[in-house]
Amino acid sequence: MAQAQAELAHDNHGTPTGWKRWFYSTNHKDIGTLYLYFAIFAGVIGGALSGFMRWELAEPGIQIFPGLAQLVYGVSADASIDAGKHMFNVFTTAHGLIMVFFVVMPAVIGGFGNWFVPLMIGAPDMAFPRMNNISFWLLPSALLLLLISLFMEGPPGAMGSGGGWTVYPPYATAGQPGPAVDFVILSIHIAGASSILGAINFITTIFNMRAPGMTMFKMPLFPWAVLVTAFLLLIALPVLAGAITMLLTDRNFGTAFFDPAGGGDPILYQHLFWFFGHPEVYIMILPGFGMISHIISTFSRKPIFGYLAMVYAMIAIGAVGFIVWAHHMYTSGISLDTQRYFVAATMIIAVPTGVKIFSWIATMWGGSIRFTTPMLWAIGFIFLFTVGGVTGVVLANAGADRALHDTYYVVAHFHYVLSLGAVFTIFAGWYYWFPKMYGVMYNEFLGKLHFWIMFIGVNLIFFPQHFLGLAGMPRRYIDYPDAYTFWNSVSSWGYVVTIVGMFVFLVAMIDAWSRKRKAADNPWGEGATTLEWTLSSPPPYHQFENLPRFK
Amino acid sequence: MTGLSFRLVQASLAALFALFPAAAFAQVGQPVQGQLGFQDSVTPIMDSIVSFHDHLLMWVITGIVLMVLVLLIIVILRFNQRTNPVPARFTHNTLIEVVWTVVPVLILIVIAIPSFGVLADQETVPDGERLYLGSAIFSGGNVEVPEPTLTIKATGYQWYWGYEYVDDGFDFVSVMLNDEQLATTKPDEPRLLAVDQEIVVPVNTTVRVLVTAADVLHAFAVPSFGIKVDAVPGRLNETWFNARKTGMYYGQCSELCGKDHAFMPIAVRVVEQDQYDAWLAAAETGDFTGANMLLAQAD
Repeated sequence: MAQAQAELAHDNHGTPTGWKRWFYSTNHKDIGTLYLYFAIFAGVIGGALSGFMRWELAEPGIQIFPGLAQLVYGVSADASIDAGKHMFNVFTTAHGLIMVFFVVMPAVIGGFGNWFVPLMIGAPDMAFPRMNNISFWLLPSALLLLLISLFMEGPPGAMGSGGGWTVYPPYATAGQPGPAVDFVILSIHIAGASSILGAINFITTIFNMRAPGMTMFKMPLFPWAVLVTAFLLLIALPVLAGAITMLLTDRNFGTAFFDPAGGGDPILYQHLFWFFGHPEVYIMILPGFGMISHIISTFSRKPIFGYLAMVYAMIAIGAVGFIVWAHHMYTSGISLDTQRYFVAATMIIAVPTGVKIFSWIATMWGGSIRFTTPMLWAIGFIFLFTVGGVTGVVLANAGADRALHDTYYVVAHFHYVLSLGAVFTIFAGWYYWFPKMYGVMYNEFLGKLHFWIMFIGVNLIFFPQHFLGLAGMPRRYIDYPDAYTFWNSVSSWGYVVTIVGMFVFLVAMIDAWSRKRKAADNPWGEGATTLEWTLSSPPPYHQFENLPRFK
Repeated sequence: MTGLSFRLVQASLAALFALFPAAAFAQVGQPVQGQLGFQDSVTPIMDSIVSFHDHLLMWVITGIVLMVLVLLIIVILRFNQRTNPVPARFTHNTLIEVVWTVVPVLILIVIAIPSFGVLADQETVPDGERLYLGSAIFSGGNVEVPEPTLTIKATGYQWYWGYEYVDDGFDFVSVMLNDEQLATTKPDEPRLLAVDQEIVVPVNTTVRVLVTAADVLHAFAVPSFGIKVDAVPGRLNETWFNARKTGMYYGQCSELCGKDHAFMPIAVRVVEQDQYDAWLAAAETGDFTGANMLLAQAD
C-alpha cells in the first residue's frame, strides 16, 4: 500500500525543465549529457591550442606566437619574442591538462559512464544522484580556474603556467613564482575531487544496484571497465592531490618538500606524480576498451570472445598499471636496479593488452560484420592502438628509452594510444549510442566521411613524429634545427586534414539534429544484446522502475 | 650452453639484419632532413642502442603490427555480412587463448635479454676490465672500453650550460649563437645547435660527465653518443661516453626548463689527442680564443 503510494508520487513529479533540469540535475542521463557537452566544449579549446602549436611548428623559426602574445596579452613588439616563447609552453601545458582532465576523462567516465552504466546493469539511476550533480559541476569551475591561470603571471613578467602538464618542480615552484601555477594546482585539485566523487558513485552503483540475477561475471564489459577505472581513480588521485598540495605549500608556505636546499628532493615529486600519472593513462583508455568490446560484438552479430579473459585482462592492466610509474623517469638518475625492475614490470603490461587486441579480433572472426560508422571507429581504434602499443614496448626498455626519452617519439607514442586510441573510442561510443541517447539517427555517409578524413589526418600528424623522435628532436620545442623541417611540416598539414574531419563531424551533428530521423529502440539489430537497447530511444526520464530480471 | 644459444640467435639475427633497410645518412653528429632513424652512432653505447632498436625491436614491432593488420584485413574480407551472412556463435577457444598469452611472454623474454645488457652498459662507468656489448647485443660483451681519464661537470642554467674540467681546474659557459652571431662567426654550423664555446674532448677517450643544475630541471643529451641524463638541482648524475670518431656532435636540452628550453644546445667537439693537448694547455690559461684558433688551424 505504502509502496503503491510512493510509486504514484514518483510518477507525478514530472520532468523538470530549463534551469532546474540542467543545474539541479540528479538524473544520470542528463548529467551524462552535460559531461559529454562539456567534453566537446573543452575539446574545441584543447584542439585549438594544439592548432596554434602545429601552426608554429610548420616551419623553423618563430612565427606565430609573438604576434599571438601581442594580441592576447597586449605585450609590446620588443617583448613579444620572449612572451611568445613562454606562451608556447603555456599552450603545451594547457593542451595537455585540458585534453586529459576536461576532455577524455569527462567523456568516457562522466559522459558514457553516467549514461550507460545504470542502463547496462538495469539500475534506475546512480547510487548517489546528488553527489553526481556536484561531481559534474566541480568540473566547469576547475576548467575556469585553468583558463584564468592563462591570464595570471607565471614566471616573472610572463603570463600563464608553462611547466607542462606534469608541473615538475623546481620550475613549478621557484621557477614560476606568479599565481598562475597556484591556479593550475587548484584546478587539478578540484578536477581530482570531482573524479574521486564520481569514482565512489560508480563503485557503489555497480556493486549494489545491478539488476536481480546479474552477477558480477554476467555484467557487461563496459560497466566492468568503468568499475576498474573507478578503482584506479580512487587509489591514484589522492596521491596526486598530496603531491600538488606539497607543491602548493612549497610555493606559498615556505616548506621544502621538493627543494634540495631545504632537504627536499625534486625527484620525489616525480615519483608521486607518476604514481598517479601512469594509472591515469589507463583511466583514460579502459572505459574505451569496454565500449569497443560492445561495438565489435554488436556489429559482428557475435558474442564477445573470451569474456572472462577480457575482465581479468582489464583488472590486470589496472593492477600492474600501479607498479610501473618510474618508466617515465628513466633519465632522472634512478639506479640501475630500479630501472631494471621497471623495465620488467612495464613489459608485462603488453601481455593483457595483447589478450584484449586478439580477443577483439577473435570476436570478429566468424562474425557477420556490418561496417557502420561506430564499427569503422572501433576497427580503426584496434589498429592504431596496436601501433601505439608496440612503440610503448620500445619505450619500456630503459636502454632504448635513453635515446627516445623526452623526444617526439614519446609524443607520437602517447598520441597514438590517447589521441588516436581514447579519442577514437569516444567517437565510436558517440556514434554507437547517439541514436539511443537522443532518439535520432545520424547520417551514415557523413559519419563515415568523418572517420576517413580524421583517420588520414591524425596519422599524418603523428606518424612522422616517430621519425622526428628517432632523429633526436626533443619535445616541447617552439623552434627546431632546420633538419627537422620536412617531417614537422607534414605533421602540421595533418592537422589541417584533421580540422576538415572535425568540420565534417560538426556538419554530421547539425544534420542529425535538424533532420531528426527517428531512431528505433534498437537500431543495430540482433547483435545489440545489452539492456540499454531494450528501452525506448531516447530512454524514459526514469527507467527500470520495475527492475528487469536478468536471466 | 647458453653461450652457444646466444651465438645461434646472434647468427640468425645477423642474417635478418642484412635484409633490414639501412636508414643511413652521411652527416655525423646532427640530424638530417627527412631522416627516418637514429643519428649515426660513434660510441659503443649508441651502437648497442641502434642494434637493439633497429635490428631487434623494429622487427618485432613491425611484425606484430603487420600481423594485426593482416588479421583485420582477413576478418574484414571474409567475415562481413555479404560473405558470411550467418555468424558463428563460439566464444571460447582455450588453446588459442593460451597461445596468445604465452607467445607474447616469450617474445618479451627475447627482448628483455639484450635490453638488460644494453641498460647495464649505459649505467656502468668503465673500469677498464668490463666488456661492453657494442653492436653485438646478444654476445655478452666483447668491446673493451678504457676507464675514464677525463671528467667534465655539466651544469644546466636557465638557459645555457656551464662546463667544468674538474681535474684541470677551469670552467666556462656555453651559450647558443643567435642568427647574427652564427652568420658572422660559424656560418657552416647548424642554427639552434651551434654554441660559442663547445666542450672539447679527445677521441677514443672515456669521458665521465657529471650532470647537475643550478635552477630548474634540464637534461644533458647527445644523440650520437646515446646519452641522456637529467640535470637536477641538488643532485649529481653521472654518465659517460667514448667517441671513436672526430667531429662535432650536437644535442639539445631535453627537459622542459622555461621559455628558452629550445635554445640551450649541447655541442661536443671530438678531436685528436695531440690537438686536445694543445687546446687544453691554452684553455688552462683561460685563453679560449687562442685555444680555439689552434683547433681551427689543425682543421
